[in-house]
Amino acid sequence: MASYIGSATSRIDGRAKVTGEAKYAGEFNVAGLVHGYVVDSAIPKGRIVRIDTSGALGVAGVIDVLTHRNRPQMADKDDAYKDEAAPEKGSPYRPLYDDRILFSGQPLALVLAEDWETARVAASLVKIEYQKEPHVTDLQAERAKAFAIDKPEKPRGDAGKAFASAAVRHAAEYFIPTEHHNPMELFASTVIWDNGQLTVYDKTQGVQNVQQYLCGVFKMKADEVRVMSPYMGGGFGSGLRPQYQVVLAALAARALKRPVRVMLSRAQMYALGHRPASIERLALGANSGGTLEAMTHEAIAVTSQFEEFARNDTGWGNLLYKTPNAKFEHTLVKLDVPTSCDMRAPGAATGVYALECAMDELAVALKTDPVQLRLQCYSDRDQGGDIPYTSKQLRECYRQGAAAFGWDKRKAEPRSMREGNDLVGWGMASGVWEALQMPTTVRIVLTANGHAEVATAASDIGTGTYTIMAQVAADMLGLPIDNISVKLGDSTLPQCPLEGGSWIASSVCNAIANTARAVRDDLLKLAIGMKDSPLAGAGVDDVALIDGKIVSKRDAAHAVSIASAMQAGNADRITREEANKVAEDKSHARNVHSAIFAEVKVDEQLGVIRVTRVVNAVAAGRILNPKTAHSQVMGGVVWGIGMALHEETLFDHRYGRVMNANIAEYHVPVNADVHDIKVIFVDEPDQIVNPLGIKGLGEIGIVGVAAAIANAVYHATGKRVRDLPITLDKVVQFN
Amino acid sequence: MIPFQYARANDVADAIKQIAADPSAKFIAGGTNLIDLIKYDVEGPSRLVDISHLPLRSIEPTSAGGVMIGAMVPNTDLAYHPMIEERYPLLSRAILSGASQQLRNMASTGGNLLQRTRCFYFYDTAMPCNKREPGSGCSAIEGVNRINAILGTSEACIATHPSDMCVALAALEATVHVTGPAGTRSIAFADFHRLPDNTPQRDTNLEPDEIITAIELPPKGFSTNYSYLKIRDRLSYAFALVSVAAALELDGDTIKEARLALGGVAHKPWRSSAAEAALLGQRADATAFAQAADWLLHGAKGYGHNNFKIGLARRAIIRTLDQAARGKPQSVSDKKIR
Repeated sequence: MASYIGSATSRIDGRAKVTGEAKYAGEFNVAGLVHGYVVDSAIPKGRIVRIDTSGALGVAGVIDVLTHRNRPQMADKDDAYKDEAAPEKGSPYRPLYDDRILFSGQPLALVLAEDWETARVAASLVKIEYQKEPHVTDLQAERAKAFAIDKPEKPRGDAGKAFASAAVRHAAEYFIPTEHHNPMELFASTVIWDNGQLTVYDKTQGVQNVQQYLCGVFKMKADEVRVMSPYMGGGFGSGLRPQYQVVLAALAARALKRPVRVMLSRAQMYALGHRPASIERLALGANSGGTLEAMTHEAIAVTSQFEEFARNDTGWGNLLYKTPNAKFEHTLVKLDVPTSCDMRAPGAATGVYALECAMDELAVALKTDPVQLRLQCYSDRDQGGDIPYTSKQLRECYRQGAAAFGWDKRKAEPRSMREGNDLVGWGMASGVWEALQMPTTVRIVLTANGHAEVATAASDIGTGTYTIMAQVAADMLGLPIDNISVKLGDSTLPQCPLEGGSWIASSVCNAIANTARAVRDDLLKLAIGMKDSPLAGAGVDDVALIDGKIVSKRDAAHAVSIASAMQAGNADRITREEANKVAEDKSHARNVHSAIFAEVKVDEQLGVIRVTRVVNAVAAGRILNPKTAHSQVMGGVVWGIGMALHEETLFDHRYGRVMNANIAEYHVPVNADVHDIKVIFVDEPDQIVNPLGIKGLGEIGIVGVAAAIANAVYHATGKRVRDLPITLDKVVQFN
Repeated sequence: MIPFQYARANDVADAIKQIAADPSAKFIAGGTNLIDLIKYDVEGPSRLVDISHLPLRSIEPTSAGGVMIGAMVPNTDLAYHPMIEERYPLLSRAILSGASQQLRNMASTGGNLLQRTRCFYFYDTAMPCNKREPGSGCSAIEGVNRINAILGTSEACIATHPSDMCVALAALEATVHVTGPAGTRSIAFADFHRLPDNTPQRDTNLEPDEIITAIELPPKGFSTNYSYLKIRDRLSYAFALVSVAAALELDGDTIKEARLALGGVAHKPWRSSAAEAALLGQRADATAFAQAADWLLHGAKGYGHNNFKIGLARRAIIRTLDQAARGKPQSVSDKKIR
């Protein structure tokens, strides 16, 4: 039987998704369901003086309106609200807790009605009187107030001094605006109350995180709350922390002793977390030979007034480029906005954008080819800890990416390549992310009929977790993939971390391997117990499960079928639950890498930009499923096009409010913006990173893409745009 | 969103009777804009009078040599009608530059004229907006105004009209036929939409109890030398930062007649007789085009974020006229600007 691991496999949940059989959090219907609609704040800071709910309560079908005044009891200590992904410092937001307004769009009341339309009408009739207080939402205006986070990267040498005396220098500031995740699926929770117990269907990237959080907020016991999230219509980090609608739905369900659903509107989702706006300052100094002498990367990013969310934007240079002197500093500015949160490749999408544009600018200053400069500065060690990598095929990414793109035909001079009215530009960048593994437990139940159920409390946020779990289990158990059923997205299943950081594939799959080994051990014992067993004397690692049989690795003729072993042992099922082994070993750096090559065509007169070609060559260890992996990286490239050219949450700082809180005016790429995208997976065997050699792909697809495009725009036009998005008015001076 | 009544109009007379009886009633045809506005609490009609079934769906040649388009003709049907594609390709291209296939399938010709601005502040009921709430102030003038107007603005409003189709209709000098309690009347396209002045709440000169029944195109379609160029912040599915409809009649390389209209820059499709006159008798070249652009943009004023639109519009006008003169109209599907 051919291996499922490494073969292009269609999603096992694809049919359920396209037929509508797959149910999402806002689609679980039960009799007597109450619908909640949120009334949110029109101001960013102040207090609620009065909430007049009489108009809403007068609407037929309205059951109640919950506000901070009449809500049921909630926990009053911060610890109760600290979820797994909460920042270490700060006081997590508590919905409907008191009269304080901390950000525009904050929920201030929940209208509960017999149907959704009624709740929505009544919500529009709730009148709120505010006492406004001065607010700040503009990072640039507040940047002088930036303060350093607790765990800065260690400096090396004296970057300032080395920069000052460097033969060739580049220093500049880059800017990335606030961005929102905009998953297709609206945030929703359906909470079913049953005699004090809650069953919660939630849009989340971590069912157990939400379960523990709700237990804290409502002082409930673990067995009183079950959280499920079988499918998710995109998360991208927005579902890592429990969002407020799940608290409101649970609050209402407990108050009414009825099932309640709360679904947010698209506009309301702009008051959830966001990728923080950031200012990135890079200073690179090189010697005349074209290697780095100094690197300084300082970032200022946004957090809320009440929590310190920080994902280090700086320090990626330590992984990519050799330099004797380096200084990194990530700082924060507090604004009257919701707490920032993780969004695909947090810290890297932004930090590497700035770093890779700066490297391009340095290459221009050195009159060196951008790929050549990166090879000259290539670091075989993580300079932060001065340790080698478990594997790093980034050189091969540059080579294969450049070859597929045709980089050798690039003319170095900006504005030197043309096609009619269009200036043609070729740019490149590197990408880097982490290859992490988190403690995870997987349960396998193998039944005598040759079927197995593999289960853990993971989320599949659309990336293909169901499918890779089935592939790995099928291979490890020697069964056809159709005989594997996957259970996930249920807090009662074995422990699994949040679905984030690109760690789910490695964590879950290595746990499957360990559990399958335990199952194999049980099977072997049963087989050895058979009369005249051909496997007598074999140990668990002397055999493999292949084609429904326990087979000796030394001699395939020595085999016992799983069915007969179980029959002989009178076992109708084997149930095992094992965890992965997360290495404590700090002797190696664990990272994934990529090289991105982009072609843009820019109308010289009008500034209209088209990204006509992108090649993304990725080295990310073992690729479990080339089909879903390709989709994941392609999606990252599309998002990178959006980051480069389109995405920007527009604030009116006078009102502290997002003005384009909808997907008509918050632009992401549409089909017309997406042309030829080629994804290459560079072979990268890795025996060290984890037993299966899996590194994860969730984030790497987007990292560096915006920089490659920005560098291509420079190459096309000679105009360096450092603040994203690169709109046509930034490329051409029109007036 | 507040509850509303729904009624179907049996015929044009019935539609007028129903709308006249209730000042807060609204007509609904495709609903591609109105339903959004109701959901956002920007519009709150007490009653929707459904006119989508009225027999106003034909596209017929007129005795004068033009074409009469029923107000209920879906945008898609209009854009792909052989007579329109052949004789008025400028109109076809403009329609296909806007929205998406699904929206164009639903949107009616009459409704397209009546779609409301996309100004961010108009849509957010927490913000002051004179168009939504007269007297509350214009937030856009000193606010996030990248998408706002540069021409014909007032201290009360800098909103733009978002239609692509209307820009072509303005250039083609269409006529709007309407019926009201007092009978029928015709409105020249240039007089249909209004500038904001002190009454930005009124987008058009259509009276509340009048209904659009048809749009009439004059005989001249400029099917040889025309182009519609739309510049936006992504390559499709976005409203215009600037759009240009250009139509020329050439004798060799001399301009005999010229029509020029801008979208995305004003409260109505923007034309200037001086700009068009400036082209007459001129050689169709960059000098003449630049001169026309300057006339058309005379008095343009930026509000900060949208300052760039003035220069962008100037270049877009020149390019579109060039495309028209060369007989190489901008393609709708090919996003490369010709």
